[in-house]
Amino acid sequence: MGEILVIFFGGVLLNNFILSRFLGICPFIGVSRQVETATGMGMAVIFVIGVASAVTWMVQYYILVPLGLGYLQTIAFILVIAALVQLVEMVIQKVSPVLYRALGIYLPLITTNCAVLGVAILNITEKYSLLEAAVNGIAGASGFTLAIVLFAAIRERMDLAPIPESLKGFPMALITAGLMSIAFLGFVGFRLKELFGVM
Amino acid sequence: MSFKSELTKGLVRENPTFRILLGMCPTMATSLAISNGIGMGIAATFVLIGSNVIISMLRNVIPSRIRIPCFIVVIASFVTMVDLIMAAYVPKLHEVLGIFIPLIVVNCIILARAEAFASKNGVLYSLADGIGMGLGFTLALTGLSAIRELLGTGTLLAVPDFGFPGFKVFDRSLAAVMVILPPGGFITLGLLIGLLNSLTRRNKKAAQA
Repeated sequence: MGEILVIFFGGVLLNNFILSRFLGICPFIGVSRQVETATGMGMAVIFVIGVASAVTWMVQYYILVPLGLGYLQTIAFILVIAALVQLVEMVIQKVSPVLYRALGIYLPLITTNCAVLGVAILNITEKYSLLEAAVNGIAGASGFTLAIVLFAAIRERMDLAPIPESLKGFPMALITAGLMSIAFLGFVGFRLKELFGVM
Repeated sequence: MSFKSELTKGLVRENPTFRILLGMCPTMATSLAISNGIGMGIAATFVLIGSNVIISMLRNVIPSRIRIPCFIVVIASFVTMVDLIMAAYVPKLHEVLGIFIPLIVVNCIILARAEAFASKNGVLYSLADGIGMGLGFTLALTGLSAIRELLGTGTLLAVPDFGFPGFKVFDRSLAAVMVILPPGGFITLGLLIGLLNSLTRRNKKAAQA
């Protein structure tokens, strides 16, 4: 149990996808104008990454490794992820048309959200078990959601701030993210293993 | 449309990093040192050229409804090639770039060029577009990593794969380590894009006056 908690909090705070690993910057900047859409995007990403982590883990260990096809990893994973995203898109369209319209173009773009493929590959290189892989995926995606929702809240306020003309929009968003990243650097001091009694 | 204009547009006018603002993740993650930046740039350029040419050849064969999965398979094949080649010949660089090599698959620049250019234009123009955009990306990455390597470590052009420690510009104890940490990546890139914006604005004003 302790190890699971270490992976979870490590994924949310220490190795935050966006702020310390640089995964998933495009949706982070693109869908962070309003807190509501950011939350929706975050939820979609948590769901997709959670499922994708488990499925890609099974593809790796039940199909690719027994057949000796390890070099097809990248191709196999991206196809699995693309199919999954399509599925999620259809489900959201049926269940919540409002959310579907709000997420708009960014839903299919989860396919090219590098966080999804990134976490699938990290799960394999870190040699996680199936449960650990799923927890790692959900933790990373929760960290993504946390960062994007906080960032959207800051950006809503920033619309009113006087910003130099040349820095408006994208550059200012990057600088804000940099300052958030400094704050998250503070979590590196956490000794999670001691905290949860894992040696 | 000419071969030359397609080739040069990616360098400055439509630079993928500074103008179209695509492919930010690898840009910030791998720009710690010039050798990393150039390595990443060349790897992405190779994939971009290969996928642009193949997709352009197949553009009349691929059904438009399933074109995105088809593009991704072509791109992923080239990425796998690059991954294996780099693991064999530049193992240290491969280790440093790590997860960002397989992640070239989801680099938005490559899919965007496939969708917006290669699937609509001939092979020769797509080749030029691939080379231009790839070099533009490499150029942006090299510039950013030169700033970060210099400010963050005090040296320039260190290449661990050839055992070259780099040129020492100032003492390491004076270096701002923050620049090569993740926050430095965000802030340096933000300021650099802001600087380029302000230069463009100034040029426009001068041209009007």
